[in-house]
Amino acid sequence: MSAPAPAPTPRGPLLEIRDLTVLFTGPDGVARAVDGVDLAVGEGETVGLVGESGCGKSVTALAVLRLVEPPGHIAHGSSVRLEGRDLLALGAKEIRAVRGNHVALVFQEPLSALNPVLTIGAQIAEAIRAHEHVSRSTARWRAVEMLTAVGIPDAARHAAAYPHQLSGGMRQRALIAMALVCHPKLLLADEPTTALDVTIQAEILELLDDLQRRLGMAVLLITHNLGIVAERTRRVYVMYAGQIVEEAATEQLFARASHPYTEGLMGAVPSLEERRQRLRSVPGQVPPATAWPAGCRFHPRCRYAWEQCRTEMPELLDVAPGHKARCWLVQEPHRRERQ
Amino acid sequence: MTAPALVEVRDLVTHFTRRAGLLGTRRETVQAVNGVSLDVARRETLGLVGESGCGKTTLGRTVLRLVERTAGTVRFDGEDVFTLGSEALRHLRRRMQIIFQDPYASLNPRMSIGRAVREGIEVHHLASGREAERRVAALLEEVGLSADATRRYPHEFSGGQRQRAGIARALAVEPEFIVCDEPVSALDVSVQAQVLNLLADLQARRGLSYLFISHDLAVIRHIAPRVAVMYVGRIVEEGPSEAIYAKALHPYTQALLSAVPVLDPKTRRPRIVLAGEPPSPVRPPAGCPFHPRCQHPAKDEACRTARPELRALEPGHRVACHKADA
Repeated sequence: MSAPAPAPTPRGPLLEIRDLTVLFTGPDGVARAVDGVDLAVGEGETVGLVGESGCGKSVTALAVLRLVEPPGHIAHGSSVRLEGRDLLALGAKEIRAVRGNHVALVFQEPLSALNPVLTIGAQIAEAIRAHEHVSRSTARWRAVEMLTAVGIPDAARHAAAYPHQLSGGMRQRALIAMALVCHPKLLLADEPTTALDVTIQAEILELLDDLQRRLGMAVLLITHNLGIVAERTRRVYVMYAGQIVEEAATEQLFARASHPYTEGLMGAVPSLEERRQRLRSVPGQVPPATAWPAGCRFHPRCRYAWEQCRTEMPELLDVAPGHKARCWLVQEPHRRERQ
Repeated sequence: MTAPALVEVRDLVTHFTRRAGLLGTRRETVQAVNGVSLDVARRETLGLVGESGCGKTTLGRTVLRLVERTAGTVRFDGEDVFTLGSEALRHLRRRMQIIFQDPYASLNPRMSIGRAVREGIEVHHLASGREAERRVAALLEEVGLSADATRRYPHEFSGGQRQRAGIARALAVEPEFIVCDEPVSALDVSVQAQVLNLLADLQARRGLSYLFISHDLAVIRHIAPRVAVMYVGRIVEEGPSEAIYAKALHPYTQALLSAVPVLDPKTRRPRIVLAGEPPSPVRPPAGCPFHPRCQHPAKDEACRTARPELRALEPGHRVACHKADA
């Protein structure tokens, strides 16, 4: 399903984030790392969340599971609903039951997410027993079964290995096995293949696709890689400086990127198909989260910016059904042509 | 062959030993570079692409003699890099520089950017005093840093600015050849494009030659008119980028290219899924290094036992595969 964010379905989306704000208090002041994010993921849907480092995409994923650590905190007024249930209102015990069981998280660097002194098999079995009342031997057996399902050869032997004894690709598979062993309805995959070689990356993404189809799981795929977004997602959110700046069906986004930042990203990526004489880079760099610019946060780097952009922050404006961009150009498209 | 190449690498082998095993008592030999020959012409960019552990970084460092070779030769402008005495080598070093993925590796954290850039100028007696100062300012401007960068320290910069500082430091000694070792891999897409454009501008302006090392096939396609593909210590395919990206002839290159996601949601490239993982450079396979994962329908005994040499199947396009044909 690829319904746009305010889904008119009677049950609503699987995950619905409304006005999520995450603040970090530090010596340089308060950083609004995530600032008023609305985002929805339908059942079984794969949604991309794309942006560069420091844009707030990872913090958004952590906030869904309430894993933001001090000095960061989720601001009042934020809402994260899973099948209608407000995750931000749950008690400590209840949110633990959600983690892994209903919503699982896969990180970029599996070594930091795995326990170095436990074997892979033991860790997966432990994850099962944290959520289900099954015997130790049943848990072990299911761990091996899951390792087989994620394509680890000779799974029984590899279940007895420690994380450091596996290659990067195998560790990422093991982490995915651990994330999926309780059949979550939603997987938050944060740059799951960024540290891997391109051939291994392709395998891991195929694996996620395949498991998703078989388990009917929804995936929020967080990445900086537009190629992966194009290939793997149906709908996508683009994040910049703590905010969603554009959302659209993936095909629509690639056919008609409307926010100048999205446009800039697409011009900046070298292509395998054709050699561009010169990459269209986005000038400047992302400002620090403690000092987001006034008005539109992208205006200092934007080639179209005019007075209004420097003073007034645009809302997400409708470009087409299901397609929104946080940019005044939506209202004054002639300014784009003049460039 | 036309004019002699600026950099001429012949049958280069770099092995090193490392500790292995739980207690680090066992020693094993890593065959990082295993018989590589390549040329880089003046004003040319040769792209060197491969996955982690293929030996591309070791190759780049051996070419600059930052690592000692095991066998083979490297000639720079006709001079044998490995037989030079220390004084002659020091002179040569000025002409060959390196830019790293992590510019922290080449910038002293306790040294201001200005001093770091100036250091090379003074070590090689290119200028001193006011003149050195003037050159530093010009270099910083050339790489797109503001004048006040000279007093600032590496940690005060963003990744992209730090890479610019690393480039200024390399340029300070007026090199002719630069090994660019994954210079944009740690940068965000928008900043990566800025640095790639800068490197292209500098090449055009200063007539530089680059050996550009990257795991990113799209970046290599963009920056390098000619490309060499490395796998387990060897070059398996080499030729004009146009030819290789349009029609790769080595099964490994074909698989590598097929794995890169297409920037268009409506098209999907048929994917060649490789079985298993690259072999360890400690125990490279006999015969063709790619044979255990190769899916070429004609794969046979020769692939398992005989090492394929690079042979030209088209002008300037060489492939190390028994079964490849143009």
